[in-house]
Amino acid sequence: MTSLARSARWDRFYLPALAGVLFLLAWHLLVAWTATKVFPSPLEVERAIAELIRKSLLWSYIGDSLRRVAVGFGAAAILGIPIGLMLGWYPTANQVVNPVFQLLRPISPIAWIPIAILLFGVGDPSANFLIFLGAFFPIVVTSVNGVSNVPSVFRQAGRNFGLSPLLLLAKVIFPAALPQMIVGLRIALGIAWLVMVAAEMVAVNSGLGYLVIDSRNAGKRYDLVVAAILLIGLIGLALDVCFRKLETIRSVRWGFRHSA
Amino acid sequence: MSLMEASLPSTALATKLRAENVSMTFERDGNITAVLENINLEVVRGEFICLLGPSGCGKSTLLSIMAGFLSPTGGQVQIDGETVRGPDPRRIFVFQERGVFPWLTVEGNIGFGLFKMPRSERDRLIAHYIRMVGLQGFEKAYPLELSGGMKQRLEVARALAVNPDMLFLDEPFGALDSITRLTLRRELLRIWEAERKTIIFVTHDIDEAVQLADRVVVLTARPARVQSVVSIDIPHPRDISSRSYLDFRDGIFKQIGLAHQV
Repeated sequence: MTSLARSARWDRFYLPALAGVLFLLAWHLLVAWTATKVFPSPLEVERAIAELIRKSLLWSYIGDSLRRVAVGFGAAAILGIPIGLMLGWYPTANQVVNPVFQLLRPISPIAWIPIAILLFGVGDPSANFLIFLGAFFPIVVTSVNGVSNVPSVFRQAGRNFGLSPLLLLAKVIFPAALPQMIVGLRIALGIAWLVMVAAEMVAVNSGLGYLVIDSRNAGKRYDLVVAAILLIGLIGLALDVCFRKLETIRSVRWGFRHSA
Repeated sequence: MSLMEASLPSTALATKLRAENVSMTFERDGNITAVLENINLEVVRGEFICLLGPSGCGKSTLLSIMAGFLSPTGGQVQIDGETVRGPDPRRIFVFQERGVFPWLTVEGNIGFGLFKMPRSERDRLIAHYIRMVGLQGFEKAYPLELSGGMKQRLEVARALAVNPDMLFLDEPFGALDSITRLTLRRELLRIWEAERKTIIFVTHDIDEAVQLADRVVVLTARPARVQSVVSIDIPHPRDISSRSYLDFRDGIFKQIGLAHQV
């Protein structure tokens, strides 16, 4: 192994691991040093997670949160991508609906909570709807941009070979816009994961977001609160890492910078 | 009667493309810019034509009009006696290498225009044109993994695969290094001699025009008009150090108003 490869491995693996250990150590020392009665130490959090496993709540809560994100994000992708493609394809239609979209886009989905509960009551559909709202707009907007950024050379080449408009959309516009759409989906998934926490705090009684608020309300169990926070962070990171793998698929790799 | 018609030699010298008083103006911010002015041109079937002119003179615009991507603001272009109203798979436009689809493999690109064909026939044609442009071994490669010259050959192969009777080439070798450029010119001539397509080739490179064309159409600076049409009656392969080659080249240099010294 060359020294260059060795130092690359250090940078990518050992150094971040070391930073993680140092963080846990600092956390532990700070809790011990301040003698706080409220904030848990890393070991207490570890015991809290063990308690969740014992009560067989851990996997069911994680499962519930993931399912809601999958439903809300999935619906946003299934609706958002075709709508984005169409709006990008027909700029006039885009001009008509764009003001409404731009108005709705900056509204935090959390503001919709009362309306969601009014429409769907307390339960899964409300949470799914809020997550859907958070993911839908970024997917549509990046899809529209993806289509309008397709170089005219590709459109002309497609038309030159005699493709019908529908085939042109399927065989040229969609694959040409796909890398940008993947970026939009990744952003949307991150937002969906954020909105999930807020939605579960008010609309349902299971899941990681519910765990945060329930642990606080029922007995001020801050060890469980921090355990839930850590899990939310770790799973969110894992989702993002998995999603980034899509960027290395060969038919979209050309659209990303790390392509070589 | 039909026998008589069939035996007429007219097909050999039939007009393939006719541009009649083609004019083009663009309007931008209220300013009207004339790009093409009364272009008249007749191209014979199987002919290799180079449109030569300074950068920005409008030769690419003329090519886009001939290919049906743009409508002229005056005059018309006829191909096979019909007015051009849009792009057509019988005549393929080859962009600089930018035109290959980066999301498709070499095979996928060459087979792109063959979507109406049965699988076996399509595979046969793909293999044939991969061999013709020398991309064997790169069938599954993506354009990202190819050099500029290979991408350009790929785009030519994709165009040839649909068996068009005309090719429009817009400075196809402009972005390549000079060695690759020479090789590709030779390959293009070989393919042209084998398949006898009518070729309209836009370039700003005088040497390139004299090396390739049956006739060089010299355009003026904007608004472009046909300044002259030079027939290069040297058989291929052309010796680029021969007297006659240099005479043609110098003649065009003079017409464009360029001195020999740099």
